[in-house]
Amino acid sequence: MPAQSVKFYQVGSRAVGNRLLDAELRTEQSSAERRNSITSGHRACQGCGEALGARYVLDTAERVTGGRLVTVNATGCLEVFSTPYPESAWQVPWLHSLFANTASVASGVAAALEAQGRTDVRVLAQGGDGGTVDIGFACLSGMFERGDDVLFVCYDNEAYMNTGVQRSGATPAYARTATTEAVGPIPGSRPGQGKDLPRIAMAHEIPYVATATVAELRDLEAKVERAMSMRGPRYLHVLVPCPLGWGSAPAETVHLARLAQRSGLFPVFEAEHGEVTSVLPIRDRIPVEEYLRPQRRYAHLFADPPRTDLIERIQQIADRNVARYHLDPHEIPHEEGA
Amino acid sequence: MRRQLEGSRAIAETVACCRPGVIPAYPITPQTHIVEALGTMVRKGQLAPCRFLTVESEFAAMSAAIGASLTGSRAYTATSSQGLLYMTEAVFNAAGLGAPIVMTVANRAIGAPINIWNDQSDSMALRDSGWIQLHAPDNQAAADLHVLAFRLAEELSVPVMVCVDGFVLTHAFEPIDVPEQEIVDAVLPPYRPRQVLDPDDPVTIGAMVGPEAFTEVRYLADRRLRSAPPAFERIAAEFAEAVGAPQRRARCVQDYRATGADTVVVALGSVTGTLRDVVDSIDGVGVLTITMYRPFPAEEIRAVLVGARRIVVLERALAPGASGIVTSDVRSALAGLDVPVQTVIAGLGGRPIGAASLRELLARPGLEDVTFLDLREDVIDRELGRETVREPIAERDGEAAVESAGERAGA
Repeated sequence: MPAQSVKFYQVGSRAVGNRLLDAELRTEQSSAERRNSITSGHRACQGCGEALGARYVLDTAERVTGGRLVTVNATGCLEVFSTPYPESAWQVPWLHSLFANTASVASGVAAALEAQGRTDVRVLAQGGDGGTVDIGFACLSGMFERGDDVLFVCYDNEAYMNTGVQRSGATPAYARTATTEAVGPIPGSRPGQGKDLPRIAMAHEIPYVATATVAELRDLEAKVERAMSMRGPRYLHVLVPCPLGWGSAPAETVHLARLAQRSGLFPVFEAEHGEVTSVLPIRDRIPVEEYLRPQRRYAHLFADPPRTDLIERIQQIADRNVARYHLDPHEIPHEEGA
Repeated sequence: MRRQLEGSRAIAETVACCRPGVIPAYPITPQTHIVEALGTMVRKGQLAPCRFLTVESEFAAMSAAIGASLTGSRAYTATSSQGLLYMTEAVFNAAGLGAPIVMTVANRAIGAPINIWNDQSDSMALRDSGWIQLHAPDNQAAADLHVLAFRLAEELSVPVMVCVDGFVLTHAFEPIDVPEQEIVDAVLPPYRPRQVLDPDDPVTIGAMVGPEAFTEVRYLADRRLRSAPPAFERIAAEFAEAVGAPQRRARCVQDYRATGADTVVVALGSVTGTLRDVVDSIDGVGVLTITMYRPFPAEEIRAVLVGARRIVVLERALAPGASGIVTSDVRSALAGLDVPVQTVIAGLGGRPIGAASLRELLARPGLEDVTFLDLREDVIDRELGRETVREPIAERDGEAAVESAGERAGA
């Protein structure tokens, strides 16, 4: 295959395009040598954020470990669309056991590698938000608490998409799902913060916790690289829009992820040993309405009459995130700057 | 060398000789002494490079064992009762994935009502999980069976459950010969997994299988499990030879004066010793102990029972609404034979199964299809009496309740 010097580059953001960078500074996804850990031909929906996120994460993890990587996968979309027997999209060693036990299986894998003295081989576990914040939560907390040498990646699309878009503990307030229909005085998912797993992970004081979105490729790849440079339990929470569940155009996946970050609803940060060490500042903040409006799961907020009261409450959540993580660059003290 | 040991200790020492690679453990009575002992051995470096994981639940214990096993390490854990049920989903999954894990089940009742004492409701509930189930008749067998279990599991790539009556065996001190390391090493070669997570040979394990092949996957699992009895007999013979003790040779079913007997009592587990004592003094009665309960050795059982005129199945578990679990299996093994198979439910929730009760039972001229041994009629009557006078809660409140009760009393 003829080598292409540039195969992929980012547009539409403030990120520097790959074509302007030296080859060694370009993203893994721009490389003709990238591993294609999850290769083409799988059955994800058009515009699937999770497929995109998994590809970015695994290709980077493969590169930084020199291909010495094994993976454990929770039940969910990622598992279903990638392995319909007798086919598999995985170019990496891949094990799926159950929905709830991914972190524990990964702990067992890490223990076995340690017992065998094969500490060059690294373990990456991955699942959706249901498998992470809900049914898999106890196992994940145990893995954190024991200090097991695993990177756990949550691809968060904010509901149970594989079973037909039901509410999870990560579903945001007022979002319509099949189990929180947009009817009644308080339509959609009940108000609240949901289960904020990055912060719960930080409370375990594990070496590394980070959030990212599929909109910031360079940031996501850098966080995987950072995570893999450490040992012990690490947690990466990636926002991955789901056209099916969010009611958005497939072409809008990356854009919506960016709007989530720019609105402040999805704070992007890194933390080490329980302390935030860096944030992705929001230089051009948007009102939450701009993020909510293109998604059919929020259509009831923009009906006639619109639910400006509920939109305002969502705005308050975003405001709180901005304040908590100091996402406004003008508020960041110099020593804490990203 | 025979030493005075607690059953749990003997099991732990035997498992240690099997050189496990990863032991995820979660405490539950009466299994705890086993993992405590193993944890201490790992701490002292006696099992290096073995890893001992203190996990947060039995579900996690079995899950970590799955991960370790499919990464090429010999994995072991132990549990009981509620713990076994709590890990149920992963138990089935381990079998489906062909992870040759060995697990000790210290048999204990299942609540409610909560009860920590022995019966076999726990492992019986998981008899169709796809695991090989071995039931230890005594503590020497309990120790020996673990060596056989690892070898069998790894030969067939199927997980094996070694069931040991809780307290009766796990907490009993008796002379036990823990197999020596050289003997175990000779019988149990290093673990060579059938499929393994390895960057040098990336495979997809645990793919989704739809209607086009699921039946075939299950057929092959059944076929593989059915190959266990002859493999077990062969391995058990090899082990007995290695330890130089023919009397320690395990079999799928153990025939004690059963072939040719008029009456045969069929049982699993530690009640075997009592039963043998009892039938020693009764003419024409023998005992058939089932050591391998899954896969069910129907042919072996039929071969022993074919001449009997009466079969009594002693059950240490109850299928409410359907009575005897083992009875159904025995009946199907005897299909076409005109022989009564009677069920005796005994030893539930730790009630001792005494020799005198068994003697009286076997001496009865006619036995009903289902008998509860040593049933305390006074307790039953008292409870039934209470139920007849007790009003539903909704009617116990206020005037309406008084009226209603009055009307009923007057009716």
